[in-house]
Amino acid sequence: MELIAFYIFAAIITVSAMAVIAARNPVHSVLWLILCFFTAAGLLVLIGAEFLAMLLVVVYVGAVAVLFLFVVMMLDVDFVELKQGTLQYWPFAGLVGLAFIAEIAIASFARESSGRDVFNPAPGAATNAEAIGAVMYTDYFLLFQLAGLILLVAMIGAIVLTLRHRPDIKRQNIARQTARRRADATSRVSVEPGKGL
Amino acid sequence: MSGLIEQNGLLGGWLMVIGQMLLFTIVLLLSLAFLLLMDRKVWAAVMMRKGPNVVGPFGLLQSFADFGKFLLKEIIIPAGANKTVFLLAPILTLTLAFAAWAAIPVAPGWVISDLNVGILYLFAVSSLGVYGIIMGGWASNSKYPFLGSLRSAAQMVSYEVSIGLIIITVILLAGSMNLSDIVNNQKGGFWTWHALSFNHILLFPVMLAMFVMFFVSALAETNRPPFDLPEAESELVAGYQVEYSSTPYLLFMIGEYLNIVLMCAMMTILFLGGWHGPVPLGADFVNQFPVWMVNLGHLAWFMAKIVFFFFLFALTKAVVPRYRYDQLMRLGWKIFLPTALGAVVLVGGYVVYSGVQV
Repeated sequence: MELIAFYIFAAIITVSAMAVIAARNPVHSVLWLILCFFTAAGLLVLIGAEFLAMLLVVVYVGAVAVLFLFVVMMLDVDFVELKQGTLQYWPFAGLVGLAFIAEIAIASFARESSGRDVFNPAPGAATNAEAIGAVMYTDYFLLFQLAGLILLVAMIGAIVLTLRHRPDIKRQNIARQTARRRADATSRVSVEPGKGL
Repeated sequence: MSGLIEQNGLLGGWLMVIGQMLLFTIVLLLSLAFLLLMDRKVWAAVMMRKGPNVVGPFGLLQSFADFGKFLLKEIIIPAGANKTVFLLAPILTLTLAFAAWAAIPVAPGWVISDLNVGILYLFAVSSLGVYGIIMGGWASNSKYPFLGSLRSAAQMVSYEVSIGLIIITVILLAGSMNLSDIVNNQKGGFWTWHALSFNHILLFPVMLAMFVMFFVSALAETNRPPFDLPEAESELVAGYQVEYSSTPYLLFMIGEYLNIVLMCAMMTILFLGGWHGPVPLGADFVNQFPVWMVNLGHLAWFMAKIVFFFFLFALTKAVVPRYRYDQLMRLGWKIFLPTALGAVVLVGGYVVYSGVQV
Protein backbone atom coordinates (compact mmCIF):
# COMPACT_ATOMS: atom_id res chain seq x y z
CA MET A 1 0.00 0.00 0.00
CA GLU A 2 2.71 2.41 1.05
CA LEU A 3 4.85 1.32 -1.87
CA ILE A 4 2.04 1.93 -4.37
CA ALA A 5 1.48 5.40 -2.91
CA PHE A 6 5.21 6.10 -3.10
CA TYR A 7 5.45 5.14 -6.75
CA ILE A 8 2.38 7.22 -7.60
CA PHE A 9 3.84 10.26 -5.83
CA ALA A 10 7.30 9.68 -7.32
CA ALA A 11 5.86 9.43 -10.82
CA ILE A 12 3.86 12.64 -10.35
CA ILE A 13 6.93 14.47 -9.02
CA THR A 14 9.10 13.34 -11.91
CA VAL A 15 6.53 14.21 -14.55
CA SER A 16 5.71 17.60 -13.03
CA ALA A 17 9.40 18.46 -12.59
CA MET A 18 9.97 17.70 -16.28
CA ALA A 19 6.92 19.76 -17.18
CA VAL A 20 8.31 22.74 -15.25
CA ILE A 21 11.15 22.88 -17.77
CA ALA A 22 9.20 21.76 -20.79
CA ALA A 23 6.13 23.99 -20.45
CA ARG A 24 6.07 26.82 -22.99
CA ASN A 25 4.02 29.15 -20.86
CA PRO A 26 5.92 30.31 -17.74
CA VAL A 27 2.73 30.48 -15.69
CA HIS A 28 2.13 26.82 -16.49
CA SER A 29 5.70 26.14 -15.38
CA VAL A 30 4.99 27.67 -11.98
CA LEU A 31 1.76 25.70 -11.68
CA TRP A 32 3.67 22.48 -12.38
CA LEU A 33 6.26 23.53 -9.80
CA ILE A 34 3.46 23.92 -7.26
CA LEU A 35 2.22 20.42 -8.04
CA CYS A 36 5.79 19.21 -7.56
CA PHE A 37 6.06 20.89 -4.11
CA PHE A 38 2.70 19.54 -3.08
CA THR A 39 3.55 15.98 -4.06
CA ALA A 40 6.85 16.26 -2.19
CA ALA A 41 4.77 17.11 0.90
CA GLY A 42 2.82 13.92 0.20
CA LEU A 43 6.09 11.95 0.23
CA LEU A 44 7.00 13.48 3.60
CA VAL A 45 3.62 12.42 5.02
CA LEU A 46 4.33 8.93 3.70
CA ILE A 47 7.49 8.58 5.83
CA GLY A 48 5.70 9.97 8.89
CA ALA A 49 7.19 13.46 8.90
CA GLU A 50 3.80 15.18 8.84
CA PHE A 51 5.04 18.36 10.54
CA LEU A 52 7.65 18.94 7.84
CA ALA A 53 5.06 18.17 5.18
CA MET A 54 2.68 20.81 6.52
CA LEU A 55 5.50 23.35 6.79
CA LEU A 56 6.45 22.64 3.18
CA VAL A 57 2.88 23.30 2.08
CA VAL A 58 2.47 26.44 4.22
CA VAL A 59 5.80 28.04 3.37
CA TYR A 60 6.62 26.92 -0.16
CA VAL A 61 3.23 26.30 -1.70
CA GLY A 62 1.23 28.81 0.32
CA ALA A 63 3.63 31.74 0.25
CA VAL A 64 6.78 31.40 -1.88
CA ALA A 65 5.09 29.91 -4.95
CA VAL A 66 2.32 32.50 -4.72
CA LEU A 67 4.96 35.21 -5.06
CA PHE A 68 6.59 33.33 -7.95
CA LEU A 69 3.25 33.17 -9.70
CA PHE A 70 2.63 36.81 -8.88
CA VAL A 71 5.90 37.92 -10.48
CA VAL A 72 5.69 35.63 -13.50
CA MET A 73 2.13 36.72 -14.21
CA MET A 74 3.10 40.39 -14.11
CA LEU A 75 6.19 40.04 -16.30
CA ASP A 76 5.62 40.90 -19.90
CA VAL A 77 8.49 39.08 -21.56
CA ASP A 78 8.57 37.75 -25.08
CA PHE A 79 9.37 34.15 -24.26
CA VAL A 80 9.81 33.01 -27.82
CA GLU A 81 12.69 35.46 -28.16
CA LEU A 82 14.05 34.50 -24.77
CA LYS A 83 14.10 30.81 -25.61
CA GLN A 84 15.91 31.16 -28.93
CA GLY A 85 19.39 31.08 -27.46
CA THR A 86 18.63 28.33 -24.97
CA LEU A 87 20.07 25.51 -27.03
CA GLN A 88 23.63 26.81 -26.89
CA TYR A 89 23.67 26.20 -23.13
CA TRP A 90 22.95 22.48 -23.55
CA PRO A 91 26.48 21.25 -22.70
CA PHE A 92 26.59 23.27 -19.49
CA ALA A 93 23.06 22.22 -18.45
CA GLY A 94 23.93 18.60 -19.18
CA LEU A 95 27.02 18.88 -17.00
CA VAL A 96 25.01 20.28 -14.09
CA GLY A 97 22.43 17.50 -14.49
CA LEU A 98 25.16 14.86 -14.54
CA ALA A 99 26.67 16.30 -11.36
CA PHE A 100 23.28 16.10 -9.62
CA ILE A 101 22.69 12.52 -10.70
CA ALA A 102 26.19 11.53 -9.59
CA GLU A 103 25.72 13.15 -6.17
CA ILE A 104 22.39 11.43 -5.58
CA ALA A 105 23.87 8.10 -6.67
CA ILE A 106 26.85 8.48 -4.33
CA ALA A 107 24.61 9.48 -1.43
CA SER A 108 22.25 6.55 -1.90
CA PHE A 109 25.11 4.03 -2.30
CA ALA A 110 26.73 5.35 0.87
CA ARG A 111 23.44 5.02 2.68
CA GLU A 112 22.92 1.46 1.46
CA SER A 113 26.37 0.39 2.57
CA SER A 114 26.07 2.05 6.01
CA GLY A 115 23.15 -0.28 6.81
CA ARG A 116 21.10 2.42 8.56
CA ASP A 117 18.08 2.02 6.33
CA VAL A 118 15.40 2.18 9.04
CA PHE A 119 14.13 5.72 9.03
CA ASN A 120 12.60 7.15 12.20
CA PRO A 121 10.81 10.47 11.68
CA ALA A 122 10.41 11.16 15.42
CA PRO A 123 13.39 9.77 17.36
CA GLY A 124 12.83 9.87 21.12
CA ALA A 125 9.61 11.89 21.00
CA ALA A 126 5.89 11.35 20.54
CA THR A 127 5.46 13.43 17.43
CA ASN A 128 7.52 14.77 14.58
CA ALA A 129 7.04 18.39 15.76
CA GLU A 130 8.33 17.61 19.27
CA ALA A 131 11.37 15.78 17.89
CA ILE A 132 12.31 18.73 15.67
CA GLY A 133 11.73 21.22 18.48
CA ALA A 134 13.81 19.19 20.93
CA VAL A 135 16.79 19.20 18.59
CA MET A 136 16.40 22.70 17.19
CA TYR A 137 16.15 24.55 20.49
CA THR A 138 18.88 22.62 22.31
CA ASP A 139 21.69 21.16 20.18
CA TYR A 140 21.39 23.55 17.27
CA PHE A 141 20.18 26.57 19.22
CA LEU A 142 23.01 28.85 18.08
CA LEU A 143 22.71 27.87 14.43
CA PHE A 144 18.97 28.37 14.59
CA GLN A 145 19.38 31.86 16.04
CA LEU A 146 22.04 32.68 13.45
CA ALA A 147 19.75 31.58 10.64
CA GLY A 148 17.02 33.80 12.06
CA LEU A 149 19.44 36.73 12.27
CA ILE A 150 20.56 36.26 8.67
CA LEU A 151 16.95 36.20 7.51
CA LEU A 152 16.26 39.38 9.49
CA VAL A 153 19.23 41.12 7.90
CA ALA A 154 18.10 39.97 4.46
CA MET A 155 14.60 41.27 5.13
CA ILE A 156 15.81 44.66 6.31
CA GLY A 157 18.19 44.82 3.36
CA ALA A 158 15.38 44.17 0.92
CA ILE A 159 13.25 46.85 2.55
CA VAL A 160 16.09 49.38 2.53
CA LEU A 161 16.80 48.69 -1.15
CA THR A 162 13.22 49.07 -2.31
CA LEU A 163 11.75 51.64 0.04
CA ARG A 164 11.77 55.16 -1.28
CA HIS A 165 9.87 58.03 0.15
CA ARG A 166 8.24 60.18 -2.45
CA PRO A 167 7.67 63.67 -1.16
CA ASP A 168 5.40 64.58 -4.07
CA ILE A 169 2.49 62.31 -3.12
CA LYS A 170 -0.04 62.91 -0.40
CA ARG A 171 0.03 60.49 2.48
CA GLN A 172 -2.54 59.78 5.10
CA ASN A 173 -1.59 60.36 8.74
CA ILE A 174 -4.24 58.38 10.55
CA ALA A 175 -3.28 59.64 14.02
CA ARG A 176 -3.49 63.26 12.89
CA GLN A 177 -6.81 62.62 11.19
CA THR A 178 -8.44 61.09 14.22
CA ALA A 179 -6.97 63.73 16.54
CA ARG A 180 -8.53 66.51 14.46
CA ARG A 181 -11.36 68.30 16.21
CA ARG A 182 -13.99 70.66 14.97
CA ALA A 183 -12.33 73.68 16.54
CA ASP A 184 -9.11 73.02 14.56
CA ALA A 185 -10.83 73.09 11.22
CA THR A 186 -13.69 75.55 11.48
CA SER A 187 -14.17 78.99 12.88
CA ARG A 188 -17.24 81.10 13.25
CA VAL A 189 -17.17 84.51 11.63
CA SER A 190 -19.92 87.00 11.77
CA VAL A 191 -20.07 88.78 8.45
CA GLU A 192 -21.62 92.16 8.21
CA PRO A 193 -24.07 92.65 5.33
CA GLY A 194 -22.59 94.04 2.16
CA LYS A 195 -18.95 93.72 3.26
CA GLY A 196 -17.86 90.18 2.81
CA LEU A 197 -14.88 88.72 4.52
CA MET B 1 -9.23 6.29 9.27
CA SER B 2 -6.60 3.59 9.77
CA GLY B 3 -8.40 2.65 13.02
CA LEU B 4 -11.58 2.00 11.11
CA ILE B 5 -9.75 -0.21 8.63
CA GLU B 6 -8.22 -2.25 11.47
CA GLN B 7 -11.59 -2.70 13.20
CA ASN B 8 -13.75 -3.57 10.23
CA GLY B 9 -11.41 -5.31 7.83
CA LEU B 10 -10.06 -3.85 4.60
CA LEU B 11 -13.27 -3.71 2.61
CA GLY B 12 -15.61 -2.79 5.49
CA GLY B 13 -13.15 -0.17 6.74
CA TRP B 14 -12.85 1.50 3.36
CA LEU B 15 -16.63 1.46 2.96
CA MET B 16 -16.97 3.08 6.39
CA VAL B 17 -14.43 5.78 5.46
CA ILE B 18 -16.16 6.53 2.16
CA GLY B 19 -19.54 6.51 3.91
CA GLN B 20 -18.29 9.02 6.46
CA MET B 21 -16.98 11.30 3.75
CA LEU B 22 -20.23 11.11 1.78
CA LEU B 23 -22.33 11.80 4.86
CA PHE B 24 -20.12 14.74 5.84
CA THR B 25 -20.21 16.20 2.32
CA ILE B 26 -23.97 15.91 1.99
CA VAL B 27 -24.67 17.43 5.41
CA LEU B 28 -22.20 20.21 4.67
CA LEU B 29 -23.72 21.05 1.27
CA LEU B 30 -27.29 20.94 2.59
CA SER B 31 -26.50 23.22 5.51
CA LEU B 32 -24.59 25.49 3.14
CA ALA B 33 -27.76 25.94 1.06
CA PHE B 34 -29.59 27.28 4.09
CA LEU B 35 -26.61 29.32 5.34
CA LEU B 36 -26.54 31.03 1.92
CA LEU B 37 -30.19 31.90 2.36
CA MET B 38 -29.46 33.15 5.88
CA ASP B 39 -26.72 35.39 4.52
CA ARG B 40 -29.16 37.00 2.11
CA LYS B 41 -31.96 37.20 4.67
CA VAL B 42 -29.76 38.94 7.26
CA TRP B 43 -28.51 41.34 4.63
CA ALA B 44 -32.09 42.05 3.58
CA ALA B 45 -33.26 42.51 7.16
CA VAL B 46 -30.59 45.15 7.82
CA MET B 47 -31.77 47.01 4.72
CA MET B 48 -35.44 46.53 5.78
CA ARG B 49 -36.16 44.39 2.73
CA LYS B 50 -37.77 40.97 2.77
CA GLY B 51 -35.05 39.10 0.93
CA PRO B 52 -35.78 35.96 -1.08
CA ASN B 53 -39.32 34.88 -0.14
CA VAL B 54 -40.89 33.39 -3.24
CA VAL B 55 -39.47 29.88 -3.68
CA GLY B 56 -40.90 27.67 -0.94
CA PRO B 57 -42.12 28.85 2.47
CA PHE B 58 -40.10 31.95 3.57
CA GLY B 59 -37.94 31.39 0.49
CA LEU B 60 -36.38 28.30 2.09
CA LEU B 61 -35.86 26.60 -1.26
CA GLN B 62 -34.26 29.65 -2.92
CA SER B 63 -30.74 28.17 -2.87
CA PHE B 64 -31.94 25.01 -4.58
CA ALA B 65 -33.65 27.03 -7.29
CA ASP B 66 -30.43 29.00 -7.79
CA PHE B 67 -28.51 25.76 -7.95
CA GLY B 68 -30.73 24.47 -10.74
CA LYS B 69 -30.43 27.75 -12.58
CA PHE B 70 -26.63 27.71 -12.46
CA LEU B 71 -26.47 24.11 -13.66
CA LEU B 72 -28.72 24.70 -16.66
CA LYS B 73 -26.98 27.79 -18.02
CA GLU B 74 -24.36 27.77 -20.73
CA ILE B 75 -20.69 27.67 -19.78
CA ILE B 76 -19.03 30.56 -21.57
CA ILE B 77 -15.29 30.38 -22.04
CA PRO B 78 -13.73 33.63 -23.31
CA ALA B 79 -11.92 33.30 -26.63
CA GLY B 80 -8.60 34.49 -25.25
CA ALA B 81 -8.81 32.43 -22.09
CA ASN B 82 -6.40 29.70 -21.15
CA LYS B 83 -9.00 26.96 -21.22
CA THR B 84 -7.41 24.34 -18.98
CA VAL B 85 -6.41 26.73 -16.23
CA PHE B 86 -9.70 28.59 -16.59
CA LEU B 87 -11.69 25.46 -15.80
CA LEU B 88 -9.16 24.10 -13.30
CA ALA B 89 -9.39 27.17 -11.06
CA PRO B 90 -12.98 26.74 -9.76
CA ILE B 91 -12.48 22.97 -9.39
CA LEU B 92 -9.34 23.61 -7.33
CA THR B 93 -11.16 26.15 -5.14
CA LEU B 94 -13.97 23.72 -4.40
CA THR B 95 -11.69 20.71 -3.82
CA LEU B 96 -9.49 22.59 -1.37
CA ALA B 97 -12.51 23.99 0.45
CA PHE B 98 -13.81 20.45 0.94
CA ALA B 99 -10.40 18.97 1.76
CA ALA B 100 -9.98 21.24 4.77
CA TRP B 101 -13.12 19.85 6.39
CA ALA B 102 -11.55 16.38 6.68
CA ALA B 103 -9.69 17.48 9.81
CA ILE B 104 -12.56 19.29 11.58
CA PRO B 105 -13.84 17.43 14.66
CA VAL B 106 -17.59 18.06 15.02
CA ALA B 107 -18.13 16.01 18.21
CA PRO B 108 -15.90 13.82 20.43
CA GLY B 109 -14.39 11.27 18.04
CA TRP B 110 -16.53 12.40 15.13
CA VAL B 111 -13.84 13.42 12.71
CA ILE B 112 -12.78 11.94 9.40
CA SER B 113 -9.05 12.25 10.07
CA ASP B 114 -7.80 13.09 13.57
CA LEU B 115 -4.42 14.50 12.52
CA ASN B 116 -1.65 15.26 15.01
CA VAL B 117 -0.91 18.43 13.08
CA GLY B 118 -4.59 19.19 12.43
CA ILE B 119 -4.38 22.93 12.91
CA LEU B 120 -1.34 23.16 10.61
CA TYR B 121 -3.22 21.13 8.02
CA LEU B 122 -6.13 23.56 8.16
CA PHE B 123 -3.73 26.50 7.88
CA ALA B 124 -1.93 24.89 4.95
CA VAL B 125 -5.07 24.03 3.01
CA SER B 126 -6.68 27.41 3.60
CA SER B 127 -3.48 29.10 2.43
CA LEU B 128 -3.76 27.16 -0.83
CA GLY B 129 -7.18 28.70 -1.49
CA VAL B 130 -5.50 31.72 -3.05
CA TYR B 131 -4.45 29.63 -6.07
CA GLY B 132 -8.00 29.19 -7.27
CA ILE B 133 -8.41 32.95 -7.34
CA ILE B 134 -5.05 33.73 -8.97
CA MET B 135 -5.46 31.03 -11.60
CA GLY B 136 -9.01 32.12 -12.35
CA GLY B 137 -7.99 35.76 -12.65
CA TRP B 138 -5.01 35.08 -14.88
CA ALA B 139 -6.66 32.49 -17.13
CA SER B 140 -9.60 34.78 -17.88
CA ASN B 141 -7.19 36.97 -19.90
CA SER B 142 -9.10 40.09 -19.03
CA LYS B 143 -8.31 43.28 -17.10
CA TYR B 144 -10.70 43.23 -14.15
CA PRO B 145 -10.19 39.56 -13.23
CA PHE B 146 -6.43 40.03 -13.39
CA LEU B 147 -6.47 43.08 -11.13
CA GLY B 148 -8.84 41.31 -8.77
CA SER B 149 -6.62 38.26 -8.53
CA LEU B 150 -3.52 40.38 -7.89
CA ARG B 151 -5.32 42.18 -5.09
CA SER B 152 -6.55 39.00 -3.54
CA ALA B 153 -3.12 37.34 -3.69
CA ALA B 154 -1.50 40.19 -1.78
CA GLN B 155 -4.39 40.43 0.65
CA MET B 156 -4.60 36.73 1.50
CA VAL B 157 -0.85 36.31 1.90
CA SER B 158 -0.76 39.34 4.22
CA TYR B 159 -3.54 38.20 6.50
CA GLU B 160 -2.27 34.62 6.63
CA VAL B 161 0.69 35.97 8.60
CA SER B 162 -1.46 37.35 11.39
CA ILE B 163 -3.76 34.30 11.35
CA GLY B 164 -0.71 32.06 11.74
CA LEU B 165 0.58 34.02 14.71
CA ILE B 166 -2.84 34.04 16.38
CA ILE B 167 -3.06 30.28 15.90
CA ILE B 168 0.34 29.98 17.62
CA THR B 169 -1.04 31.65 20.78
CA VAL B 170 -3.82 29.06 20.90
CA ILE B 171 -1.38 26.20 20.27
CA LEU B 172 0.78 27.49 23.15
CA LEU B 173 -2.21 27.56 25.51
CA ALA B 174 -3.46 24.12 24.49
CA GLY B 175 -0.01 22.55 24.21
CA SER B 176 -1.04 20.57 21.14
CA MET B 177 -1.66 20.95 17.43
CA ASN B 178 -4.37 18.30 17.46
CA LEU B 179 -7.77 19.94 17.03
CA SER B 180 -9.52 17.52 19.42
CA ASP B 181 -6.93 18.32 22.10
CA ILE B 182 -7.40 22.04 21.55
CA VAL B 183 -11.17 21.63 21.99
CA ASN B 184 -10.76 19.47 25.09
CA ASN B 185 -8.48 22.09 26.62
CA GLN B 186 -11.62 24.27 26.84
CA LYS B 187 -14.05 21.71 28.21
CA GLY B 188 -14.63 23.31 31.63
CA GLY B 189 -17.40 25.70 30.56
CA PHE B 190 -17.45 29.10 28.91
CA TRP B 191 -14.94 30.59 31.37
CA THR B 192 -12.26 28.22 30.08
CA TRP B 193 -12.91 28.99 26.42
CA HIS B 194 -9.82 30.49 24.84
CA ALA B 195 -11.72 33.60 23.79
CA LEU B 196 -12.30 34.44 27.46
CA SER B 197 -9.81 32.21 29.32
CA PHE B 198 -10.93 33.31 32.80
CA ASN B 199 -8.98 30.38 34.23
CA HIS B 200 -5.83 32.21 33.11
CA ILE B 201 -7.10 35.60 34.14
CA LEU B 202 -3.86 37.40 33.22
CA LEU B 203 -4.31 36.29 29.64
CA PHE B 204 -7.94 37.41 29.42
CA PRO B 205 -7.27 40.71 27.60
CA VAL B 206 -4.68 39.10 25.32
CA MET B 207 -6.84 36.20 24.22
CA LEU B 208 -9.92 38.35 23.79
CA ALA B 209 -7.92 40.65 21.53
CA MET B 210 -6.62 37.62 19.61
CA PHE B 211 -10.19 36.38 19.17
CA VAL B 212 -11.35 39.69 17.70
CA MET B 213 -8.26 39.89 15.48
CA PHE B 214 -8.85 36.38 14.23
CA PHE B 215 -12.39 37.31 13.30
CA VAL B 216 -11.23 40.37 11.36
CA SER B 217 -8.41 38.42 9.69
CA ALA B 218 -10.89 35.70 8.76
CA LEU B 219 -13.00 38.34 7.03
CA ALA B 220 -9.96 39.44 5.03
CA GLU B 221 -8.81 35.89 4.33
CA THR B 222 -12.17 34.87 2.88
CA ASN B 223 -12.53 38.12 0.87
CA ARG B 224 -15.67 39.07 2.74
CA PRO B 225 -16.86 42.65 3.15
CA PRO B 226 -15.45 45.02 4.41
CA PHE B 227 -12.36 43.47 2.82
CA ASP B 228 -13.91 42.24 -0.43
CA LEU B 229 -11.55 44.30 -2.59
CA PRO B 230 -10.77 41.40 -4.98
CA GLU B 231 -14.39 41.55 -6.15
CA ALA B 232 -15.23 45.13 -5.34
CA GLU B 233 -18.12 45.69 -7.71
CA SER B 234 -17.77 49.46 -7.84
CA GLU B 235 -14.15 49.23 -9.05
CA LEU B 236 -13.60 45.80 -10.58
CA VAL B 237 -17.15 44.73 -11.55
CA ALA B 238 -16.78 41.34 -9.85
CA GLY B 239 -13.02 40.88 -9.73
CA TYR B 240 -11.69 37.46 -10.61
CA GLN B 241 -15.20 36.10 -11.26
CA VAL B 242 -16.10 38.47 -14.10
CA GLU B 243 -15.65 35.95 -16.92
CA TYR B 244 -17.18 33.01 -15.08
CA SER B 245 -20.69 31.83 -15.71
CA SER B 246 -22.86 28.82 -15.02
CA THR B 247 -21.33 25.81 -13.21
CA PRO B 248 -17.75 27.14 -12.92
CA TYR B 249 -19.13 30.23 -11.19
CA LEU B 250 -21.24 28.01 -8.96
CA LEU B 251 -18.14 26.05 -7.96
CA PHE B 252 -16.33 29.30 -7.12
CA MET B 253 -19.26 30.48 -5.03
CA ILE B 254 -19.69 27.20 -3.14
CA GLY B 255 -15.95 27.09 -2.50
CA GLU B 256 -15.97 30.64 -1.19
CA TYR B 257 -18.87 30.02 1.15
CA LEU B 258 -17.37 26.71 2.32
CA ASN B 259 -14.23 28.64 3.21
CA ILE B 260 -16.30 31.13 5.17
CA VAL B 261 -18.02 28.34 7.10
CA LEU B 262 -14.61 26.73 7.60
CA MET B 263 -13.33 29.94 9.16
CA CYS B 264 -16.41 29.94 11.43
CA ALA B 265 -15.60 26.36 12.41
CA MET B 266 -11.96 27.29 13.07
CA MET B 267 -13.01 30.15 15.33
CA THR B 268 -15.38 27.80 17.14
CA ILE B 269 -12.64 25.23 17.67
CA LEU B 270 -9.83 27.62 18.53
CA PHE B 271 -11.64 30.15 20.68
CA LEU B 272 -15.18 29.12 21.57
CA GLY B 273 -14.82 25.64 22.99
CA GLY B 274 -15.73 23.63 19.88
CA TRP B 275 -18.40 21.10 20.69
CA HIS B 276 -18.56 21.90 24.43
CA GLY B 277 -21.58 23.69 25.82
CA PRO B 278 -21.16 26.87 27.85
CA VAL B 279 -21.89 25.11 31.16
CA PRO B 280 -20.57 21.59 31.87
CA LEU B 281 -23.39 19.23 32.80
CA GLY B 282 -21.25 16.86 34.86
CA ALA B 283 -20.24 13.28 34.09
CA ASP B 284 -23.05 11.74 36.19
CA PHE B 285 -25.74 13.47 34.20
CA VAL B 286 -24.11 12.88 30.81
CA ASN B 287 -23.48 9.16 31.43
CA GLN B 288 -27.21 8.46 31.70
CA PHE B 289 -27.53 8.86 27.95
CA PRO B 290 -26.14 6.65 25.19
CA VAL B 291 -22.95 7.92 23.57
CA TRP B 292 -24.52 8.77 20.22
CA MET B 293 -27.11 10.96 21.93
CA VAL B 294 -24.44 12.86 23.88
CA ASN B 295 -22.47 13.29 20.68
CA LEU B 296 -25.52 14.64 18.88
CA GLY B 297 -25.85 17.19 21.66
CA HIS B 298 -22.20 18.16 21.17
CA LEU B 299 -22.78 18.38 17.42
CA ALA B 300 -25.73 20.70 18.06
CA TRP B 301 -23.53 23.04 20.11
CA PHE B 302 -20.85 22.98 17.44
CA MET B 303 -23.33 23.85 14.71
CA ALA B 304 -24.99 26.52 16.82
CA LYS B 305 -21.64 28.25 17.30
CA ILE B 306 -20.88 28.05 13.59
CA VAL B 307 -24.27 29.59 12.80
CA PHE B 308 -23.56 32.34 15.34
CA PHE B 309 -20.28 33.21 13.64
CA PHE B 310 -21.89 33.03 10.22
CA PHE B 311 -24.51 35.48 11.48
CA LEU B 312 -21.69 37.82 12.52
CA PHE B 313 -20.14 37.47 9.04
CA ALA B 314 -23.49 38.29 7.41
CA LEU B 315 -24.07 41.23 9.74
CA THR B 316 -20.59 42.62 9.06
CA LYS B 317 -21.27 42.42 5.33
CA ALA B 318 -24.44 44.44 5.81
CA VAL B 319 -23.28 47.19 8.16
CA VAL B 320 -19.59 47.94 7.47
CA PRO B 321 -18.40 50.01 4.49
CA ARG B 322 -15.59 48.70 2.31
CA TYR B 323 -11.97 49.43 3.23
CA ARG B 324 -9.56 51.15 0.90
CA TYR B 325 -6.71 48.96 -0.27
CA ASP B 326 -3.90 50.84 1.48
CA GLN B 327 -5.94 50.87 4.70
CA LEU B 328 -6.34 47.13 4.40
CA MET B 329 -2.59 46.61 4.03
CA ARG B 330 -1.86 49.03 6.87
CA LEU B 331 -4.23 47.13 9.17
CA GLY B 332 -2.68 43.80 8.29
CA TRP B 333 1.01 44.65 8.44
CA LYS B 334 1.26 47.60 10.80
CA ILE B 335 -1.36 46.74 13.41
CA PHE B 336 -2.24 43.04 13.36
CA LEU B 337 1.23 41.65 12.77
CA PRO B 338 3.00 43.49 15.65
CA THR B 339 0.08 42.94 18.01
CA ALA B 340 -0.08 39.22 17.26
CA LEU B 341 3.71 38.92 17.64
CA GLY B 342 3.52 40.65 21.02
CA ALA B 343 0.70 38.33 22.05
CA VAL B 344 2.79 35.27 21.12
CA VAL B 345 5.57 36.57 23.39
CA LEU B 346 3.11 37.27 26.25
CA VAL B 347 1.31 33.94 26.02
CA GLY B 348 4.62 32.08 25.63
CA GLY B 349 6.02 33.80 28.73
CA TYR B 350 2.86 33.08 30.70
CA VAL B 351 2.83 29.42 29.68
CA VAL B 352 6.47 28.96 30.68
CA TYR B 353 6.42 30.85 33.98
CA SER B 354 3.00 29.82 35.28
CA GLY B 355 3.59 26.15 34.55
CA VAL B 356 0.39 25.62 32.54
CA GLN B 357 2.08 23.23 30.16
CA VAL B 358 5.24 21.23 30.35
